[in-house]
Amino acid sequence: MTELWPYLLLILVGFLPNEMWRVLGLVLARGLNEDSEIVVWSRAVATAILAGVIAKLILFSAGALAGIPLAVRVTAAICGFLAFLAVKRSVFAGVLAGEAILLLGGFLFAH
Amino acid sequence: MSAPGPFNSNAAAFFGGVKSAWTSVFFLVLMGTYVGIGALAHDYGFASWWLALSSMLVWAAPGQVILISSLGLGAPPIEGAIAVGLSAIRLFPMVVALLPLLRGPGTRLRDLLLPAHFTSVSMWVESLRLLPGLPRERRIAFCNGLSVGYQSTAVTFGFVGYYLAAGLPPLFAGALLFLTPMSFLISTARNAKEMVDRLALALGLILGPLLTYWHVGLDLMWTGVVGGSLAYSIHRLRQAARRTPL
Repeated sequence: MTELWPYLLLILVGFLPNEMWRVLGLVLARGLNEDSEIVVWSRAVATAILAGVIAKLILFSAGALAGIPLAVRVTAAICGFLAFLAVKRSVFAGVLAGEAILLLGGFLFAH
Repeated sequence: MSAPGPFNSNAAAFFGGVKSAWTSVFFLVLMGTYVGIGALAHDYGFASWWLALSSMLVWAAPGQVILISSLGLGAPPIEGAIAVGLSAIRLFPMVVALLPLLRGPGTRLRDLLLPAHFTSVSMWVESLRLLPGLPRERRIAFCNGLSVGYQSTAVTFGFVGYYLAAGLPPLFAGALLFLTPMSFLISTARNAKEMVDRLALALGLILGPLLTYWHVGLDLMWTGVVGGSLAYSIHRLRQAARRTPL
């Protein structure tokens, strides 16, 4: 029973709350278009939540990432973002630059 | 990349979709993201098959990160469910925008169940770009192939990240965990073409940690509702100001 508990949580906490929006989209697909105001608002809410998750993962890190100092993590994220802006809005350039700074800073200043 | 097709059968369209997924830029984005999520699942003590199942059922990287981190940190399940549900709102307008492209004269509702379940950022962006160039009767098969291509990438590299995190020196394991927020940050910024989305991104980055620091309950929900509504209001005010002659 205890081995099944995580799988039950996966369905209740992960699958159902996520899937209901897809099903709702399927059911209501006729009424709305991408530019309607409720769609713009819900996209903004979704983007803000995602941004909150990103910031929390960087600032309040867990596991092995917590062993790399906060200042290094924040510097790496900022440098990665600047590299993305500098190199033709390339996602790879940004991720690569951020990871390089993180590894370098982690190597020099690890706890 | 040139447009795929034309395909003589649904099977050809399906495999054309798989090939299109594996040769697109999102192959690498998913690889990086799911190596990171695999490492995260390992560090929070989940089984690797649990992660694989979550990639197939949830199939939304932000939702999976919230699921893993909230359950892993011992948050009450209802709080995790609300945060996952809020993070998934974006799937609703995406499905609404995608289905008109897939629907043809003979399309039944059950043909659209799988594409609706498969809807995620990577699949959606590529579908909107590639589907208009395909004949209508091949679009669902192509779209399902594209999604299977992406999902198999996610499941595979979830395992890779999971087992890499188990045996890596701490610095490299930390770098793997960093892939998730780094690639999310940049791909969200790239997708934020309009001012309202950019404002929401900036406000969320500020509000999320602040509310956590102040120990506000349901911090992610409030980050979304407050940050998103604020961004939307500013966007509406700017529109109104533009329309009113001075």
